[in-house]
Amino acid sequence: MSANAVPMSQWPSDHRYTIPVAGDQDMVTVTIDDKVVQVPRGQLLIAAAQEHGTYIPRFCWHERMKPVGMCRMCLVEVEGMRGLQISCATPVVDGMVVRTESAPVKAAQDGVLEMLLINHPLDCPVCDRGGECPLQDQTLAFGPGESRYVEEKRHFAKPIPISDLVMLDRERCIQCGRCTRFAAEIAGDALIDFGGRGGHTEVITYPDEPFSSYFSGNTVQICPVGALTAKPYRFRARPWDLDSVETSCQACAVGCRGALDSTSNRLVRLLGVDSEPVNHGWLCDKGRYGYEWVHSEARVRAPGLRRGMELEVTSWPQALDAAAAALRRVRDEHGPGAIGVLGGARGTNEDAYAWARFAKGVLRTDNVDAQLADGLPADVVLGMPRATIADLDRARAIVLLGPDLKEELPVLALRVRRAAVDLGVPLIDVAARDHGLTSSAAHVIRHAPGVVQEAVDQVASIIDGITGDGPVVVVLGRPSVAEPAAATIHAASQLAKSHGARFLSALRRGNVHGALDLGLAPGFLPGRVSLDAGRDHLSATWGGTPDATGFDATGILRAAANGTIKALVLVGCDLLTDFPDRALAREALSAVERVVCVGAFPDDSAERADVFLPTGVWGEQAGTTTNLEGRVSVLRRKITPEGRTMEGWRIAAELAARLGSDWDLETVEEVQDEIAQAAPAFAGVDAALLRRARDGVVLPLADHLDEVTFVPATPGAGVSWEPLRPAADEVGNGEVAAPPAPAVALHTWSMEAPAPAAAPRDSYALRVIAARTLYGNDRVTSESPSLARLATSDARLLVSARDRDRIGVEDGTVVRVTSPRASVELPIHVDRSTPEGFAFLATNRDGAGASDLIDLDAPVTDVRVETLS
Amino acid sequence: MAAQETRVVTKFLRERTDDSWTFDAARTHNKAYSALEKAMGMEPAALIDEVTKSGLRGRGGAGFGTGQKWSFLPKDVFPRYLAVNADEGEPATFKDHMLIEKDPHQIVEGSIITSYAIQAHHAFIYLRGEFALGADRLQAAVDDAYANGFLGKNILGSGYDLDLIVHRGAGCYIAGDETGLLSSLEGERAMPRIKPPFPAVQGLYAAPTIVNNVETMSTVPHIVREGGEWYAGMGVNKSTGTRIFSVSGNVERPGNYEIELGVTFRELIDDLAGGVSGGKKLGFFIPGGASSPWLRAEHLDEPLDMDRAAELGTMLGSGAIMVFDETIDPVLVAWRIAKFFAHESCGKCTPCREGSGWLEKVLYRMANGLGRPDDLDLLMGFGNTISPGVTWPPGMTTICQLGPSTMSPTLSLNKYWGEEIRARLAKDADRRTTLQVASA
Repeated sequence: MSANAVPMSQWPSDHRYTIPVAGDQDMVTVTIDDKVVQVPRGQLLIAAAQEHGTYIPRFCWHERMKPVGMCRMCLVEVEGMRGLQISCATPVVDGMVVRTESAPVKAAQDGVLEMLLINHPLDCPVCDRGGECPLQDQTLAFGPGESRYVEEKRHFAKPIPISDLVMLDRERCIQCGRCTRFAAEIAGDALIDFGGRGGHTEVITYPDEPFSSYFSGNTVQICPVGALTAKPYRFRARPWDLDSVETSCQACAVGCRGALDSTSNRLVRLLGVDSEPVNHGWLCDKGRYGYEWVHSEARVRAPGLRRGMELEVTSWPQALDAAAAALRRVRDEHGPGAIGVLGGARGTNEDAYAWARFAKGVLRTDNVDAQLADGLPADVVLGMPRATIADLDRARAIVLLGPDLKEELPVLALRVRRAAVDLGVPLIDVAARDHGLTSSAAHVIRHAPGVVQEAVDQVASIIDGITGDGPVVVVLGRPSVAEPAAATIHAASQLAKSHGARFLSALRRGNVHGALDLGLAPGFLPGRVSLDAGRDHLSATWGGTPDATGFDATGILRAAANGTIKALVLVGCDLLTDFPDRALAREALSAVERVVCVGAFPDDSAERADVFLPTGVWGEQAGTTTNLEGRVSVLRRKITPEGRTMEGWRIAAELAARLGSDWDLETVEEVQDEIAQAAPAFAGVDAALLRRARDGVVLPLADHLDEVTFVPATPGAGVSWEPLRPAADEVGNGEVAAPPAPAVALHTWSMEAPAPAAAPRDSYALRVIAARTLYGNDRVTSESPSLARLATSDARLLVSARDRDRIGVEDGTVVRVTSPRASVELPIHVDRSTPEGFAFLATNRDGAGASDLIDLDAPVTDVRVETLS
Repeated sequence: MAAQETRVVTKFLRERTDDSWTFDAARTHNKAYSALEKAMGMEPAALIDEVTKSGLRGRGGAGFGTGQKWSFLPKDVFPRYLAVNADEGEPATFKDHMLIEKDPHQIVEGSIITSYAIQAHHAFIYLRGEFALGADRLQAAVDDAYANGFLGKNILGSGYDLDLIVHRGAGCYIAGDETGLLSSLEGERAMPRIKPPFPAVQGLYAAPTIVNNVETMSTVPHIVREGGEWYAGMGVNKSTGTRIFSVSGNVERPGNYEIELGVTFRELIDDLAGGVSGGKKLGFFIPGGASSPWLRAEHLDEPLDMDRAAELGTMLGSGAIMVFDETIDPVLVAWRIAKFFAHESCGKCTPCREGSGWLEKVLYRMANGLGRPDDLDLLMGFGNTISPGVTWPPGMTTICQLGPSTMSPTLSLNKYWGEEIRARLAKDADRRTTLQVASA
């Protein structure tokens, strides 16, 4: 424990043991079943034994949670200690002699398993867990094989839903408390607990309050029996029919590792894989069940060409020819600057690189942006001093300067919570309203949107009072799209200058960091180099680069609206829902002459498309993705796409070929090798390394060489209820060769960020905070039936109770909300997180709402609220 | 000469039955808080020494040395807490109940002295939820203590501050286990915690905590007033002083009797409690609450001495002596106790959670003529999972003592009536077969 540990008085009472952290501890000698081994002092015996090849059976112990000692399955003999000891709560001490297979231990294992089974229904044939069940497996390996119990078993109504996603079978439950402890300890959503006593102990929710945690699926994964089952997976497969690959989740930018299972060419399950630097085995429910959208009936599975009002299904050659011809004509007639390329933050790195090369190397336009005015300037993201997720654990302090992580980057929220709650890192919460991590914060600082100077001064003085060697880690993102990023960036620059803060990006889209790193941003080329710095180097591979820096997304849409930009290529983005200023997006779309859509869904913007080129999506496409810390990890193809879709990078290559540039790239590995050569930040990160690195590699490799780890390939990743271990294709504990120095100096952020003028407050107006919620009208949610029912689809104006009272209406009343830009009608609701004088609007909602009210030119969005007469 | 009570903690409440619980009566007629006045003039360490010298052992059940427990607190670790265990729930134990209702000031005074001795500034009395009258009287006593400067800031001008909180439980036996009590006090389910760490090291809110029983607290003022040596002068061997025993069952005069330790079971049962009622013979008796293994007539002349009880394979536990005459079926008693434990098992440890229910089901059929010939062996068999060896002091596979306690009745059945019960089970099975044949 570090010096700034949370006082133990604040720990949950039953979970007082520190999680042993390998590293600096001294080693002690322990004898386990006559085998003498060296283990870190204080490590729990069960973990120490496992690391040295002795598996002690267990149900309640989970290595990512604190021991509770409930199941009594892990009893062992320790010389000198009276009776049997639970190895899950016994720290090793020097000279300890342990026996895990002696007669008393065997008798206890037999006995505990017999007890666990007396009330277990043994309805294995109809249980999802059957075939991969720890109770089955450990009964086979350690159990008595027969029962002396002849009485009636305990009965409960079963199964019962405890949330929209999770079903509970109380008869199968063995009361290990893994789910309840996960909810309380890890997720901080203590919505389930035990009720009843003794043989009538059951997992319960609060009355009329479901287990509506964003992390509920983890409880299903770690349940050692089939007591908790997931509605999306129930009865969909038998475990032995599943085929599994390890991949990264792209539902947000955390990049959690997961094991993706399919059967009969349909994705049926994603399980969290325990990647030490990233997700610790956890997934959010959106990531876990969001695979369903891949099979959505709404997907476009064949190229389309506009004929009159309709997009008609056509062949790939025809569609590609048409798209290439349209772009060529615009370029030839109006110059490369007349083409804008938007999007690309949801594909693979290889897609992003190919689109960057197509736009900047072939079309030669720099009007390229993967972000849609809802993120941070590429200048900042690509050049700021970076932190890794693991840095959170050893930080001197963590400063939250961005969106609600629980809503936008859920598993990052878990890592921040762990650092703050378990490891005692002071968490400083700077925001306009309360959010999912506020309760874990040591310091809570509130400020008005767009006004941060005072808050930054407070943060600085708090940090000054904290001693510690670790870095100050600022989680930096866009707290609200209702005002520009300037105030947040100004705050970040001050903390960088005054305290050497390092930054963890809180941009959300699945591969937005890969897209920026690979050049899908104005003024940049692949590999975190500026256009000017990288021009010569990239031109050598590409044959040319844009002449001048282009516009960002807002600039592109303005140019399109005023007729300067004539053609738009939309790569996996829907301007009418993704862009925060809907009026501008609409204007731009109606003004441009040509729109080429590359995507998976016939979204609103696609109605304007002249050509629609359908891409493969996550699960169908191999490649790599980059998470918010700059970690490049491998995406695997699990199923064969239905219909006629094409990988994104291949579409770009085909278009390039039609515009006279043959890239000679045939496989995704070839694209990866070209990236390693051409993109300076990717130096050394070639296909061979990516295949072997167990948790991916963090860019630039030269700075993170020590963190690259390899594991021998393991046959099968383990059983899912245990933390799944990352696997790698190749055997070996190889060393990473030091990469060649980047051919071009990587971009650094100047940290010059002037403070925006404070917008005066109008005491009659409410200042809008606009941000996303986890479930909304996005495609992952709306096209995944299991998630769609969790979403609130209607837009609401959330205000404090006092503001609602002042307006003088009941909750749910529709009111008129007027900004300088527009007037919309929305129902008003009281929200405890929103302070007086502010209003919260979720951006990912159908119908009129935030993006109608926001004017990107205005420093803030103030609205007046009137009752309808 | 017939044995007599030796009243120390019960003297006042026995003498003044109309208003012993009131502040005025206690202060005027029982020198209440005079020990506190004396203690405030002493060093905390001297107080711990005095209590250690008295040989006082915890009156809750485990019988651990009180002064020794206090001395286990890690040096210089603060805050510390005192939690007074007033969750008296062991079947047939009703001594604390009486102390709480009849002499709450004695408890409050002892708690303040103890808090001062261990340098705690917050003390909690965890009161069994069902004690409604007790809650009123205890709270009134605490309020009076605050009003008279014995609690709160700067107690008696000493500069020492203490807040004492009376907390009512929610009806759960296992909250009487010291770590279960702490969990409950923190607002969680009353489930025992893994030890180590012991409460003295990491207890309430993970701070060093002393958990002491009501009777122990009631004794402390007397030790402070009269001296540790005086107290150690009573009793026998390492069981010093007096103890209150709740005698119940088939006796003429059930009730609480405070006796000097060392008095024999026979003296307690025959002289004080009036002997087995109705002139019947003694069948067996349970010496220390439902958790303790049983004794029989041949043990009547054994002294009430905690260490001697251990030698006999049982314990004086919570001081509840249940007497059963010769007509009582021990199997039925075993079943009823098993039913209690099955109901009160907290559900944390598998062997206790599942085993206590299994035990109850098998004992039920055994007691009701539906037993199977090998049922006693079955109990002794799966009992090994709950308490390896099925012996006393018990082997444990569970966190707390409730697990092995469930086996005490079975252990006693097997020890005293093994052959008899096996024969009876065989006969029962035989009779059922005969009935089936007859009706066929």
